[in-house]
Amino acid sequence: MDISLILENWQLFAMGLWNTIWLVTVSLIVGGLLALPLAMSQAFNVPIAGRISYWFSYSFRGTPLLVQLYLIYYGLGQFDFIRESFLWVFLKNAYVCALIAFSLNSAAYASEIIRGAICQVPKNLIETAHAMGMSEFQVIRRIILPIAYRRSIFAYSNEVIFMLHGSVLASTITIIDLLGAGRKLNISYYVTFEGFVTAAVLYMAIVFLISMGFRVIEKKYAIDR
Amino acid sequence: MDVLIEYLPSVLGGLWTTIGLALTSLALAVFFGIVGASCKLSHSWALQTAGGLYTTLIRGVPDLVLMLLLFFGGQIAINELGFATGLWGYIEISPFLAGSFTIGFIFGAYMTETFRGAFLAIPKGQIEAAQALGIPSSSYLRRIIWPQIIPHALPNFTNNWLVLMKTTALVSIIGLQDLVYNANQAGRASREPFLFLMVSFIVFLLLTMLSDVGLRSLSRRYSHKSGE
Repeated sequence: MDISLILENWQLFAMGLWNTIWLVTVSLIVGGLLALPLAMSQAFNVPIAGRISYWFSYSFRGTPLLVQLYLIYYGLGQFDFIRESFLWVFLKNAYVCALIAFSLNSAAYASEIIRGAICQVPKNLIETAHAMGMSEFQVIRRIILPIAYRRSIFAYSNEVIFMLHGSVLASTITIIDLLGAGRKLNISYYVTFEGFVTAAVLYMAIVFLISMGFRVIEKKYAIDR
Repeated sequence: MDVLIEYLPSVLGGLWTTIGLALTSLALAVFFGIVGASCKLSHSWALQTAGGLYTTLIRGVPDLVLMLLLFFGGQIAINELGFATGLWGYIEISPFLAGSFTIGFIFGAYMTETFRGAFLAIPKGQIEAAQALGIPSSSYLRRIIWPQIIPHALPNFTNNWLVLMKTTALVSIIGLQDLVYNANQAGRASREPFLFLMVSFIVFLLLTMLSDVGLRSLSRRYSHKSGE
């Protein structure tokens, strides 16, 4: 292990770290926003939309993220109507493809977590709220969703860590994320361990920070994990 | 349609690699899981720490990073060790070996938690009663504990298997010709990448559905036995 080589290339790893962090953060935010309607349409048995979100969620949870990423990055270019449309400016960009794949994948997992939590909200609470004269919308907004969110925190912390782990796939489509930085260092200097070990240590540090953060949130908000 | 017929056999040929790899990894994962859970449940401080380090490390480092480290780094480490000790000559690690070992090692950590949780779910009184009756530990583990661990571990075991199967797709990155690798190659050769990647997407989905059905019937069988 040549520590000085790693320190000399700190800018490469800083860039990788930054790319990993913003890719994961944006994907989690977009995925989280998509997850709510997906989960609610299933939990409340909305006709058609419920079935569609079920199959969306099932198929994105049932296949490898790598295949989903390849489908978007390599696959979509096959179609002339996409190549000729204005969307191609975005879709030929590796970052956009990674964001789309990660967001959809995260949405599928997060929606399953929220759906499960919604279905577990005690029935008597909902009935009480109705008896108090709340409208359907009020019951959802004031009773069901707050409880469901607070019950989801523990499972969601795992999803955040899985998303971070999954984000390493960005390095397979030319993006210099944390693993990409490690691979680049190894290739440029003909070394084997330095790049990968640095990436591994930095990933562990991020996971540690995420776990710490969620422990604080759990202590404050989580109920009945 | 013609392209599909032309390349489909080679794409589906990769399916056998995927399934073989998944089953080999699963066997290794169960092995590492039993070892890991035994360490974590033991009374020795050193073994507990080792088990804790194992699960923390796996939870912290992404699977692909470990796989690349093992595939490229393990190769060099083994050969340098062989050179230094003079015990063996040049050894080349095959992608299949590196892939199944890494995946087995990673999921061994998840299996560790699965088995540990299932063991802890068994009432302590049963073990104490067996000990009080003078039943040897080899015997009560096999006849009392193990049959009860299976139904407790099955839901998590199912989940681990489903994730493991999807993780096998990563071996295509280290050049193993699995379903994803072959689909990618067929897509490039035929200039229809979407079509063949979609084939691999659907095959994975079918594998998931099949596992779902199979493991659900298994869990029904075991939950009858334990009378739950």
